[in-house]
Formats: sequence, structure tokens, C-alpha cells
Amino acid sequence: METFFFILFAVVAIFSGLMVILKKNPIASVMFLILALFATAALYVMLMAPFMAAIQIIVYAGAIMVLFLFVVMLLNLSKIQEGGVSALKIIGALVAGGIMVAIAVVVRSIAIPADSGFLRELPAEYGTVESIGRSMFITYLLPFEIASFLLLAAIIGAVVLAKKKLE
Amino acid sequence: MNYDYNLSAIAVPLILAAGSVLVLLTDVLLGKKAKDSAYQTTLTILALAGVFCFTRWGTGGSAFFGQVYTDGFTSFFNLAFLTVGFLVVLNSPNYLIRNGIDHGEYYMLILLALLGMTFMASAGDLLIFFLGLETMSICLYVLAGFHKSRAKSNESSLKYLLLGAFFTGFLLYGMALVYGQVGSTNLAEISNYLAEAANPLGGYMGIGLALLLIGLTFKMAVVPFHFWSPDVYDGAPTPVTAFMSTAPKAAAFAAALRIFYHPGIELGIPWENVLWVLAVLTMTVGNFAALAQTSVKRMLAYSSITHAGYLLVGFLASNELGASGMLFYLFMYGFMNVGAFTIAYLVNRRGKGNYNLSDFAQLGTKSPMLAALMSIFMLSLTGIPPLAGFFGKLYIFSAAVQEGYVWLVVIAVLNSAISVFYYLRVMVMMYMREGEDLADLEKAPTVAITAVICGLAILIFGLFPSPLLDLARASIIALL
Amino acid sequence: MIISLNHYLVLGAFLFCIGVAGVLTRKNAIIILASVELMLNAVNLTFIAFARHWGDATGQIFVFFSMVVAAAEVAVGLAIIVVLFRHKESINIDEVNLLKW
Repeated sequence: METFFFILFAVVAIFSGLMVILKKNPIASVMFLILALFATAALYVMLMAPFMAAIQIIVYAGAIMVLFLFVVMLLNLSKIQEGGVSALKIIGALVAGGIMVAIAVVVRSIAIPADSGFLRELPAEYGTVESIGRSMFITYLLPFEIASFLLLAAIIGAVVLAKKKLE
Repeated sequence: MNYDYNLSAIAVPLILAAGSVLVLLTDVLLGKKAKDSAYQTTLTILALAGVFCFTRWGTGGSAFFGQVYTDGFTSFFNLAFLTVGFLVVLNSPNYLIRNGIDHGEYYMLILLALLGMTFMASAGDLLIFFLGLETMSICLYVLAGFHKSRAKSNESSLKYLLLGAFFTGFLLYGMALVYGQVGSTNLAEISNYLAEAANPLGGYMGIGLALLLIGLTFKMAVVPFHFWSPDVYDGAPTPVTAFMSTAPKAAAFAAALRIFYHPGIELGIPWENVLWVLAVLTMTVGNFAALAQTSVKRMLAYSSITHAGYLLVGFLASNELGASGMLFYLFMYGFMNVGAFTIAYLVNRRGKGNYNLSDFAQLGTKSPMLAALMSIFMLSLTGIPPLAGFFGKLYIFSAAVQEGYVWLVVIAVLNSAISVFYYLRVMVMMYMREGEDLADLEKAPTVAITAVICGLAILIFGLFPSPLLDLARASIIALL
Repeated sequence: MIISLNHYLVLGAFLFCIGVAGVLTRKNAIIILASVELMLNAVNLTFIAFARHWGDATGQIFVFFSMVVAAAEVAVGLAIIVVLFRHKESINIDEVNLLKW
């Protein structure tokens, strides 16, 4: 059963990932990106991370992608012309393929028996909102506060840039 | 349970964080009446943070569950960042007012970028390092595009953002693989793992550290990940360029030392070979490209690539002298580059805004003081004794010789010799070339003060390098 | 076939490389940004798989922060793209004269 769902969501993720970079129309690209994000969220659930799956859908697929679509439609960008096959594209594809091979070789060389599943027994509260909240607001309190200033910088920065005239 | 929240451990970033909000508020509340209230507030905050940093010099230990180190290394880099920040802010209003972009947000973003850098230098956890790096980068993306009515500035920030985000992906992937191998993101535990593992780079660790290094070398502008820097530096507003070419580079090297500097742990021959090749490429490519430039701003941009190469030599040597030489050099490089960009900007205003080398013609007779200061910066960048730049190079190169990298040092010295050509070209232009009669320089006291401070610092630390070097050495020992 | 860590890692690597290929081959700034999101998403999957492997919450926390960073980058990136569009009436990076990669 798990195998079936893994293959299903993996295929959806890879297919929509490919569509993101192959579609000419940015709106279609962004839509497929949302699909890819949903498929990964499903995989998060299978990896015992339901809270992260929820965040992925709310923050990523919800907020960020709406922002994307908003800008794409605001600027009315559906008709950008791109050239066909060029040297750039071939080099890009080769680089990406090279990285892929390197990582695949490393993964294969790791001495985890291929068909053993996950070995470690998980604690009962693993991945629950409560346990995540505890470590976020106790152990990782400082990163949380830094992140708030990072977002402040991003908000101010985006406003400064996108506003037509600053006072 | 012991809640390890020692706020005094993060006093400097706290001051910067509170300061950034304060600057925003003063700008909103008082900005209409007192135009430079944000400017003055920022300078006060930076000075305050500097005093705090100096009087409460780190004595070792960590806080926040080992996520932040409070040692001399942290304090040393905090002082370096704050110094660069102070100098850049000091001379900014001239540029900003002239171009009609004197908004308080500029100062706030500089403060937040510094906040990010302080966390990069003090990080005891990959998560803190990552967030510090991103806080810094996001501020820099916006600052590069701050002059938004100018297409070049906008293009610069777009290029920086797209490539920066791309390399963030690599950096993060590296972190994921390191985490996967070690089971923790804490730097102390990663270091323990490296010390104990039979094959430190086995498993996911090798490719993880390699991807981490790629992400960091992008920020340092090391060849082959340098291609963004000349265009971005060229397009960004000049005070921002002075800032970008110094402080983030120092922050990236600080983080690299925190993550990779483990004396006694051999990461193996391939690792050294990679760094060796990167150092040689970086020095040489930066140098030859700088030779071909006619714009002083672009020349300085390429030369900053070359300097990253010299710093890599110290990083490769990675003994006590090499690492403390790097700290010394990074601190001094801040003065040299901020000073050089400041004068380049002031002189450029006579010309057409292209930062042409020929704008410098006759500067020696028009304004002897500026010409003398520019000469100090150029000579120090070349590495002529007794200026501070010379001692930085001396420490780094002798450390590399100690470790047996003789050929690398030979190449580095040859590169220094080549760099004489383009640095001295500026001086020749100032003192020996007859140019068309250019307009007099505008009076810009803050710019002049910045240049004088930089020049004096280079002279003083050139004549008496040992106090700063001792401080750097103490910081490095704290790192062990 | 039982699904193990390696399957998730290979899937993550695959998605990451699709993202890399997108950044390197496309010229539309928005699609480049979307490809970067794909890369970050692949890294997040890797993190969560490792977190499951170690039975450790750190990986999940890291993912949370990487989403924060992604959101911030997208916000600033889209603002820059809007400004670019005002300048050039286009977001094709070939229009960006400085861009020579």
C-alpha cells in the first residue's frame, strides 16, 4: 500500500516538476508547481510529518503561489517568446544531469540495505504539532526570532522596491 | 530544564535589531521635519553596538543550546562588520540625496544585513548560519536595486537575486546531506563526527560539504562562481557596492572558518586539491579581468575577486597564522575597499558617471589630499609595505609556505606583481596625466571624513600591526 | 519493494535536478524563480526523509525555516520583477543587458 502511494506521488511530483520547466505559459508553469508541492506534501505525510505537510499546503501552495499567480496575471505575461534548442539549454541539461548522476552514485554507495524500509523506531509523539511546537519555541527559539527579522527585511524590501513613489 | 537563554550573548545583534525598528520609526515620525534623523540614529546605533562589542569582548562559551558562540572570534568579526557598516553609512547621504533615494529604509536594511552577518560569524548551528546568511542576502538584494529608477541598478538586483536564490538551493542541499550523515545540525557535533569517523568524507558527507562550499564560495565571489559579482557591483549604488564587496565577503569567510576549520582533522587530498585549484583560478582570473577594465568601479569589482583568492590561500593553509592572517586581512580590506570606492564615487561626479579612469586625471593638483588617500588605498591593495595590506598578505603567504604550499605562494606573489599594473595606473593618472580641465570637486565633508578614517587606519595598522594581529590570533585560538 | 530512505533521496535528487535544469535553461524570470522553488522543495523532501531516518525533529524544524526563507525570497524577487517590467515591458532575462551568463 505504502509502495503504491509512494510511486503514485513520486510520479506526480516528477511529472509536474518537468511540466514547470517545459511549459511555455507561466500560468501553466505555476499551476504545475502547485501540483508538485501538493504531491510532496503527501509524501511528507508518509514520512510522519503531517504538520509540515499542512504548512506546505497553507504557506507554500497557498500564500506563495497566490503571490506568483498574482504577479503573472498583473503583468500579463502569457506571451513571452523563447528560442528553441540553444547551446545554453544543452549545457543546462548536461549540468543538471551531471549533478543527478553524482548524487545517485553517492546514494547507491551508502550501505543501507535497499529493501529494509526505515530502521528506526519513532517516539510516539514524533511529528505532532505539540512536539514540533516544543522544540520550535524552546530549543529553536532564537532561529524563530531571527526569522521574524528576516521577514521584516523582506516586507520592507518588497514595499520599497515595488512602490511607485516613496515619500 | 535549563533554558539556556543568555541574552547578553547576543547583545550586538539585539542592539542592531532594536535599532532597525527604531530607525524605521524615527524615519516615519520625524523624517518629514528632520531629514537626516534616520541617518543620525543609525550612526548612533552602530557606535553603541561597537562600544558594546568592544567592552564586552567574548570570553568563550556558547548560548542558546550551543547555537551561538560568544567567543573572541564572534567579537572580532562583529567589530569588523560594525566598522564597515559605520563607514558605509557615514558616507551614504551624499550619494542618496544626489540621486533622490534618501529613504530611511536604506539605513534599516543596512542594519538588518549587519544583523544577519553577526549571526553568520557566531553561528554554532547550521540553522542559525542559514538564517543569518539569508537575512543578509535579502537585505543586499534590495539594497542593490535601491536606485530603482535606474535600469542598471534594477538589473543588478535581479541578477543577484536569481543567482543568489539558485545557490541557496545548493547550500541548503549541502546542509540536508550533512544533517543526514551526522544526525544533527550542530557544528560541534559535526566537528565531533569528522574527528571520529574513519572516513570523514564518506557517505553523504563529502558531497554535502562540497555543496555547502559551493554555496559559500558564491557569496565570497570565488571563481568559477564569481560571474555575478562584477555586474552586480557595477550596477548597485556605489556605497552599497562598497558594503557588498567587503562585509558579506568577511561574513562568508567567517562562516567558512566556523564550519570547515578543524585543525588536526585531515579532510584528505581531494579536498586540498579543490581548494588549491579554486585559489589559483580566483587570483588569476580576477587579476587578468581587472587589467582589461577602463572603469574604476569595475576594476575594483574584479580586484575584489582576486583578494578572495588570496584569502583562500590562507584558508587552505588553515593553521593558526594563516587563519589569523585572514582575520587581519579581512578587517583591513574593509578599510581599503570602502575608502577606494568612496573616492571613486566622489571623483566620478566630475565626469559623466561612468567611473572612467580618466576622471582621475589631475586629481593630484586639484585635490592633493584625496589623491594622497587614493594612493594609500591603491598601494595597500597592491600590498606595498608598510601599509596594512602588505602585512595581511605577508601573514597569509608565510602561513601557506609553512604548510608546504610553496608553488601556490609563488603563483600568489606573481599575481600580486601583476596587480601592481592596474592599481598604479590610477596613481599615474592622478599625478602624471594632463587631462582636460575638469570641474572642481564638490565639497562633501562626510565622504572626506570617511576616506580620512580609512587612510589613517591603514597607516596606523600598517606601522603597528601587532595589536590587531594578536587580537586576531586570540580569536582564532578561541575557535579551537 | 519496501520504500526506504534511499527512494526518497533519489526522488529528492531528481526533483532538485529538474529545478536546476529549469534555472539554467529558461529565460522567463518568473519561471526561473519557480524552478528555484522546485529546488528548495526537493531539499525539504530530503530533510524530512532524513528526519524520519534519524527519528529527530531538527530536520522538520529546518524545513519550516527553509519555507520562511523561500517566502521571503519570492516576495522580494517578485517585487524586483515588477520593477523590471516597468523598465523594460518584459521579464525575459535576455532583455537584461547586464546578464551574460
